[in-house]
Amino acid sequence: MYEPKIVAFFCNWCTYTGADLAGVSRMQYAPNVRIIRVMCSGRVDPELVMKAFAEGADGVLIGGCHPGDCHYQSGNHKTFRRYKFLKAILPQYGLDPERLHLEWISASEGDKVRDTVNSFTEKIRNLGPSTVRETLNALRTEEVSHG
Amino acid sequence: MAEKPWVAFYWCGSCGGCEEAVVDLAEKILDVVNAVNIGFWPVALDFKKSDVEEKPDGFFAVSFINGTIESDEHREMVELLRRKSGLVVAFGSCSHMGGIPSLRNLYDVNDCVDYAYRKTVSTVNPEGTIPLPRYKHPSGHETTTMNLEPTGKALDQVIDVDYYLPGCSVPKHLILDAVMAILSGNLPPKGSVLSPSKALCSVCPRQETKPEKMQIKDIKRHHLSEDDGTCFNAQGMICMGPATRSGCGDPAKDNAPRCILVNMPCHGCFGPPDGTLDQGMAMLSAIASGLDYTPDEEAEIDRIIKKIGDLAGTFYMFSTAKSLIHGRPAGEGVKKPVEVPKEGGA
Repeated sequence: MYEPKIVAFFCNWCTYTGADLAGVSRMQYAPNVRIIRVMCSGRVDPELVMKAFAEGADGVLIGGCHPGDCHYQSGNHKTFRRYKFLKAILPQYGLDPERLHLEWISASEGDKVRDTVNSFTEKIRNLGPSTVRETLNALRTEEVSHG
Repeated sequence: MAEKPWVAFYWCGSCGGCEEAVVDLAEKILDVVNAVNIGFWPVALDFKKSDVEEKPDGFFAVSFINGTIESDEHREMVELLRRKSGLVVAFGSCSHMGGIPSLRNLYDVNDCVDYAYRKTVSTVNPEGTIPLPRYKHPSGHETTTMNLEPTGKALDQVIDVDYYLPGCSVPKHLILDAVMAILSGNLPPKGSVLSPSKALCSVCPRQETKPEKMQIKDIKRHHLSEDDGTCFNAQGMICMGPATRSGCGDPAKDNAPRCILVNMPCHGCFGPPDGTLDQGMAMLSAIASGLDYTPDEEAEIDRIIKKIGDLAGTFYMFSTAKSLIHGRPAGEGVKKPVEVPKEGGA
């Protein structure tokens, strides 16, 4: 049975705190996300997203403050633009852009954390497993192991 | 006098520009041939594979190998040269990072062959002939060529590489420095790229006009736009400088980057500075964050993306093979790789 692996980057000030709220409110959500706390969603370098896919993530979820609420003024504006660019480049790599998702979730929106995680997990479940890691492993066996 | 060290040059999937770079040393090449014996250089001189095979292991002090590893033949030759050489230097962007030929990794290899031999507008091939790895003539004579591998690879994805000389093509001052460093034994740690690790912007003559905060409103094509002599990225012409290492500039000209000196934005042939995982993603990040649009102006961002068009081709022109996912199609949507981005957002 395929269980999606999802890497979630949540910003410290809003989404992660929202996830905390979901936790203390005893809300139940899909256990498929591996949450990584970052200080700002603007910290999520596109490299990190690609690395997650290369290491076998089936989906990547980014959570940040609502526009205008960013603790660092405009970090999430940058996130949004990078997200749009990533969405555009993923198909060129043969990855379904739906595997990447950005959601604005404030510290008070524990229920939105639950709903987002649940719906994104379902979406990734329907998309099926990502084959990136598999193909990379196949590629590495073609390559000589050294160093 | 001790015998001069032997060197080998070889090319894999390359355009020949790197060979040209060696010839471009002009009279300086006499210093090089004074110092070394050339034991293998099939492009320039009449050498055969057997000339390498008959030598003992480790015979060559250094092999300079350029070009992307595209086929079983390339693989066989570089593995042979690896055995016969003390040092292997990946010479030029293709062997350093996969180079332009590795952009084919974004597509299926059979589609690439089909396109190149049957579908381009300039192709005249009414019988639809494509090269076969093996062909048996009715008379009984059999000939073999080579098998294209599913992806183009950088040299270090196939054999162990000691040093990298970046550039498309490698500038002559770097070649001379590298040869002299190898001859004197004064070498940096194994695996080093023999070029400064600072970003290109640090030596750019337009550096002073780079604004503190990028506010890119529009994307322009440099050949269709007027250049006001300021930072290319600030003008909206994509310049790979922020994600590219320096070293291409001639020290005699203040190390000013080659392309910038002739009013061209950087294309990124030197690869990323040390510590950057993925040159294309670093550049994508730089351009995306430099745009002057908020999430409310999503349509504008879409317009910019559409205007850039081929994102992977722009940001990974020279480094697809060394990108984090090697440019290998994951299988989803492979048939429509450069489709214009879909609408929709967060």
